[in-house]
Amino acid sequence: MLRLRPAFRDCDVTYVTVNLGSRSEVGDSPFYVIPDGNRDTKLSLILMAIRVLYLVLRVRPNVVVSTGAAPGYFACRFAKLVGAKSLFIDSVANAEEMSLSAKLATSHASRVFSQWPRVAEKFGVECHGSVL
Amino acid sequence: MIFATVGTQLPFDRLITSLEKWSLKQNVSGCFAQVGPEGKVPQHIESAATLTPLQFAKQVADCKVIVSHAGMGTILTALQHCRPIIVMPRLVKFGEHRNDHQLATVSNLEDREGIHVARSEDELFEKLDAIASLETGDGASVSAEPQLLSAIGHFIMSNGASGDTHA
Repeated sequence: MLRLRPAFRDCDVTYVTVNLGSRSEVGDSPFYVIPDGNRDTKLSLILMAIRVLYLVLRVRPNVVVSTGAAPGYFACRFAKLVGAKSLFIDSVANAEEMSLSAKLATSHASRVFSQWPRVAEKFGVECHGSVL
Repeated sequence: MIFATVGTQLPFDRLITSLEKWSLKQNVSGCFAQVGPEGKVPQHIESAATLTPLQFAKQVADCKVIVSHAGMGTILTALQHCRPIIVMPRLVKFGEHRNDHQLATVSNLEDREGIHVARSEDELFEKLDAIASLETGDGASVSAEPQLLSAIGHFIMSNGASGDTHA
């Protein structure tokens, strides 16, 4: 996400992450930590989704940009509730298949990018290069 | 000298055990391993379950070589800090991940300078034996590819307002 910062140059950005230690990397921007969750831990997934929902309602963003995984999927899904558009960028780690989160995001996010042309073609999403 | 890391989510005992085996055989000291919350603690290598980003940055700065699972976060860090990285993909058949996407990751990245792929313990030993001559990438830029930044910029601005971005 931090490698995308130049794209947010003229925006008021709120960062949401599962990593408390990243606070020092975002300067004065508002920063929220959410509990991690994935499909193996249902309860943590639900708690995380509730926290994401709360943050989307509170921050009321115009745009949601996610670099993937379950929290990003929920953020893109809840973005619609506040009339925000959303962009889900699947992790550069997914070089053969899109992640489950990205597949789910295709029906909720305004746009979905894969970072690998081959994967983008296979799943009918866009590719505009990678974070590398 | 060698910083081994398996990420924060899952253990990767095969990698840590192989590194420990090699360090004992070659009598190499100064290895440090981050083994994950449920990872097996090595007896002969200093280790921690997890590291804060600051501790992680210090290990990266102090090491000569990074040994890692094929996690993109670690690979990016290695490229940014001009450290050669030896990556071993996690495999489903050993219960190391829920799919074999790390195999795809390494086959897509192994041509990049500074990224050295070990698909087995033997290959890991080979790379570790040649540690002094492992080439280093020339440092990935701090930001993403320009066309990706520009695509995101266009997306953000496409309603004509700068607005708040919730990233």
